Amino acid sequence: MSAVFNRVKEIIVEQLGVEPEEVKLEASFVDDLGADSLDIVELIMALEEEFDLQIPDEDAEKIRKVGEVIKYIEERK
Amino acid sequence: MPMVGEQKIRAGIVGLATYVPERVLTNSDLQKMVDTSDEWIVARTGIRERRVAAPEEATSDLAYQASVKALDDAGVKPDEIDLIITATNTPDMIFPATACLLQDRLGAKNAGAFDLLAGCTGFIYAVSVASQFIEAGNASTVLVVGSEVLTKIMNWQDRNTCVLFGDGAGAVVIRRVPGDRGILSSALGADGSGAYHLYMPGGGSRHPISAEVIEQGLQFTRMNGREVFKFAVRAMEEGSAKVLQRAGLSVSDIDFLIPHQANIRIIEHAAKKMNLPMDRVAVNVDRYGNTSTASIPLALEESLNSGKIKDGDIVIMVGFGAGLTWAGMLMKWYDYRR
Ligand SMILES: CC(C)(COP(=O)(O)OP(=O)(O)OC[C@H]1O[C@@H](n2cnc3c(N)ncnc32)[C@H](O)[C@@H]1OP(=O)(O)O)[C@@H](O)C(=O)NCCC(=O)NCCS
Repeated sequence: MSAVFNRVKEIIVEQLGVEPEEVKLEASFVDDLGADSLDIVELIMALEEEFDLQIPDEDAEKIRKVGEVIKYIEERK
Repeated sequence: MPMVGEQKIRAGIVGLATYVPERVLTNSDLQKMVDTSDEWIVARTGIRERRVAAPEEATSDLAYQASVKALDDAGVKPDEIDLIITATNTPDMIFPATACLLQDRLGAKNAGAFDLLAGCTGFIYAVSVASQFIEAGNASTVLVVGSEVLTKIMNWQDRNTCVLFGDGAGAVVIRRVPGDRGILSSALGADGSGAYHLYMPGGGSRHPISAEVIEQGLQFTRMNGREVFKFAVRAMEEGSAKVLQRAGLSVSDIDFLIPHQANIRIIEHAAKKMNLPMDRVAVNVDRYGNTSTASIPLALEESLNSGKIKDGDIVIMVGFGAGLTWAGMLMKWYDYRR
C-alpha cells in the first residue's frame, strides 16, 4: 500500500470513527463508512491540511470512494 | 496600562443573567412549515427546539429583561453604569442604537451607549471592548448585552436557514476583578471576503426598503452553510490558539470551553482539536438553536449555575459569525457569587 493510502486511512479513521480494516479502496464514504455531508466537509478539510492541497468544491463533490481520494491526491503531488 | 501598586488592572465578569421568550418551536413544529425532518436537523445541527419572541417583543425588550437580572446578580444600580454596549444583529431599528433604548428603560443616566455589530461574534467583541475601557481606567462599570430576535429576519419558507436560529438575550456586568482573576487575553478577527456567505441584503443603504426589495425577499437572512461551516471550524481553532498564546498558556491548561452555539458538529470538532471531553464544553444548542450574540452568555450561565465552572478555572469563550468574524477570550474565572 502506498504512503498516501496510509496517511489518508489514518485521517479517515480519525474523522469518521471507523475501524482501519473498513477503509478499503472501494469503500464509499456515505454508504460504507457512514459519513454525512458535514463529515465529508471535515474530511476534505483535514486532507487539505495534511497534504497541503486546495480541493475545490466541484472536485470534492465528485469524490465518493476512498480510492478516488487517493488517486486525486497522488495526481496532484 | 495603569497599575495599582504592582497589580495590573484586570476586567472580569461580576454579574450575569439571561432571558428567553416563552414560546418554544420544536423540530416537529417546523416539519409542518417546511420540508424538513427532526432526524435531519438533529443529525446535522444538534438542535431540537428554539425560542421565538412574541410579535410585540423586540430586541431591546429581551435585553432589558436580561439586564435587570444581571444588575441584580452583580449588586449594581443602574446609575453606576458608565457604558452600555449592546451586541446585536437585529436592533429594534436601524437607528438609534438599541443600547440607547435600553439605557433609557434601565434609567442608566450616567452611561454612554452604543451598539456593536459583529455577527454572532458580537458578544465576545463587546466584552473585549468593555475590558479595554476598564483596563484603561475610562470606565468602572460596563453593561454588555447580547440580544437577538432573529426569528423576525428569517424566511420561514427557506429550510436552509429557518431551522437554525432562535431568540434570546444575555447580559453581563464587567468590572475590575481582584488578584490574578479576570480576562487574561482576547483576540478579534475578520474576513470580509466572506461577507456574502451570511447576510441580510435589504433595509440598508444598498437596498433600502421598497416594494421591489420585499418582493425579492431581500429582507431575509441568506446563508451559504457550507462556507460558513468551513470558516467556523477553522475559526474555533484559531481563536482558541491565539488567546492561549497571548496568555502564555497551552491547550492542557483549559478547564472549560464556552463555544458559540451554532451547530453541535462545529462544537464537537473544536472540542476534539482541543482534546477536551464534552463534559468540559458548554452545550445548549439543542434547546435554543443559534441565538447569535446571546448564545455565549446563555451557555455561560448554565455552566455557572450547574457548578461546572469554579473559581480560578481557565475558561475560553470562542465564536464566529457574519462578517465573517471570529473572536476568542480567555478568562481566569472570578467567582463573584462566592
Ligand atoms: C446548515 C448546515 C447544517 C447544512 O449542512 P450541509 O451538510 O452543508 O448541508 P447541505 O446544504 O449540503 O445540504 C445537504 C442536503 O440536505 C438538504 N437540506 C438542507 N437543509 C435541510 C433541512 N432543514 N431539512 C432537511 N434537509 C435539508 C439539502 O437540500 C441537501 O439536499 P441534497 O443533497 O438533496 O441537495 C451546515 O452547513 C452548517 O451548519 N453550516 C454552518 C451554519 C452556521 O453555523 N451559521 C451561523 C453562523 S453564526
